[in-house]
Amino acid sequence: MDAFFTYGFLQRALLAGIFIAVACAVLGVFLLLRKDAMIGHGLSHITFAGVALGLFLHMMPLAVALAFSVLASLGIMKLKESAGLYGDTAIAIVSSLGMALGIILATLSQNFGVALLNYLFGEILAIEPVEVWLSMALAAVVVVLVVGNYRKFMFLTFDRESARVSGIRVRRLDTLITILASVTIVLGMKVVGILLVSALIVIPAAAGLQLASNFKAAIVLSCGVGLVSVIVGLALAFVLDLPASGMIVLVGFLLFGLFFLLRKGKT
Amino acid sequence: MDSSAAENKPLISVENVSFSYGYGLVLLDITLPIHEGDFLSIIGPNGSGKTTLLKIILGLLKPTRGRVRIMGKDLEEFADWPKIGYIPQKATHFDPLFPASAKEVVAMALGPSRLLSRGTRRREESAIRHALQVVGMEEFRNRRIGRLSGGQQQRIFIARAIVNGPRILFLDEPTTGVDAETQGYFYDLLDRLNTQEGITIVLVTHDIGIVDKHISQVACLNQRLVYHGSHGEFCRSDTFKDILAGGHLVSHRH
Repeated sequence: MDAFFTYGFLQRALLAGIFIAVACAVLGVFLLLRKDAMIGHGLSHITFAGVALGLFLHMMPLAVALAFSVLASLGIMKLKESAGLYGDTAIAIVSSLGMALGIILATLSQNFGVALLNYLFGEILAIEPVEVWLSMALAAVVVVLVVGNYRKFMFLTFDRESARVSGIRVRRLDTLITILASVTIVLGMKVVGILLVSALIVIPAAAGLQLASNFKAAIVLSCGVGLVSVIVGLALAFVLDLPASGMIVLVGFLLFGLFFLLRKGKT
Repeated sequence: MDSSAAENKPLISVENVSFSYGYGLVLLDITLPIHEGDFLSIIGPNGSGKTTLLKIILGLLKPTRGRVRIMGKDLEEFADWPKIGYIPQKATHFDPLFPASAKEVVAMALGPSRLLSRGTRRREESAIRHALQVVGMEEFRNRRIGRLSGGQQQRIFIARAIVNGPRILFLDEPTTGVDAETQGYFYDLLDRLNTQEGITIVLVTHDIGIVDKHISQVACLNQRLVYHGSHGEFCRSDTFKDILAGGHLVSHRH
């Protein structure tokens, strides 16, 4: 506990982590129910290219990655709709392209090995104050937009056709949720790294869905799992001197396992 | 159709609508007025274009020719969609693990939740309660939708379709896979909505045998509109005799 008050970096990590965890957890429930769990995985790979480009151009990697990720998410949406590709093919193509571009850019500039590794594996303890504020603001926007539209999102996810007839502009909401997903991925990247960011979206939501009997409960449980993962994961990482990203995802996975067993016990 | 109804402006008018997919014609020159208070059954064999017609009326498909007017407005300009209730054919084919309670499913149609206004929240609560009472499902309000029986789920979807107080309710094959007893209850419920709540009902069914006593109008579709008129006349019509005789539907002049 003393360490928390002594070390500014720990406070920053916790603060940013809490906001980002909630954004990921809230959005995750919708993405999972839309059968879009893999979009997190795909977008995180394209984010890699964005980060590499940012480092290459000496611009803020977070900002470049954000722009990259938003554009890629809209590209995936378009490909899925109009190119006549099966299921996850669009995601697979765009994510491979992202990785390829990232590798090429990384090789071209040669001098950012450590920085790039930090983005790949996550280094929340090294988060800059400006990134903390940006993360908090963006996470708050994601949560407000999702919660504000949650009935519409729920309707759209549950029964697309009826939602359309009820006057909901389904395409607009599809675009919104896709953009929010890309923003959330970039934020999550700061906490657990590109390679694990989809875990931050998928695991809390999957855990919440194990025990929820209604939608509100699913969101609340998902947020709870996300928060506990970040807080306990960070604390364990600090005490045991292990990587925070790995510990956060591990705690999340243990909670998922616990919820899974509880559900099995109930039925 | 009686003459007084014919003089009224129809709630919905389908005017010379044709529709074709890439491979062929689905609907040809359909003209069908639907009046306030009607209990209309659109019947016809599989592939006769009933669902397509419904989707055109609801703006889900664009007609190749002709137009649809809802409450006096062209479909493109019509914006008062909460006044239209709809239960699609595959309403009960949802993800059975979807974590929504019956109450939440009904609330889906209410638009954005206004967390801040207590008055709106109270109004929404009472609208949900009323809709659930009408379909006799209030005691199941907190049950997860996937844990209800097919007939109960269908009643919840009706509650969702009427929660905004619509003027017209469209149902596409609502009794498929529902047992006879539940079916009877279902038609009584639709009749109550029609007579007590004043909701115009449009029911699509492939089961030509279902010409329930509550139905006031019948539109018989087989690419063209083969018959449109009152239920009583329909039962005496050549179309109906053809169907009873097991013959194919042939085109009679409307």
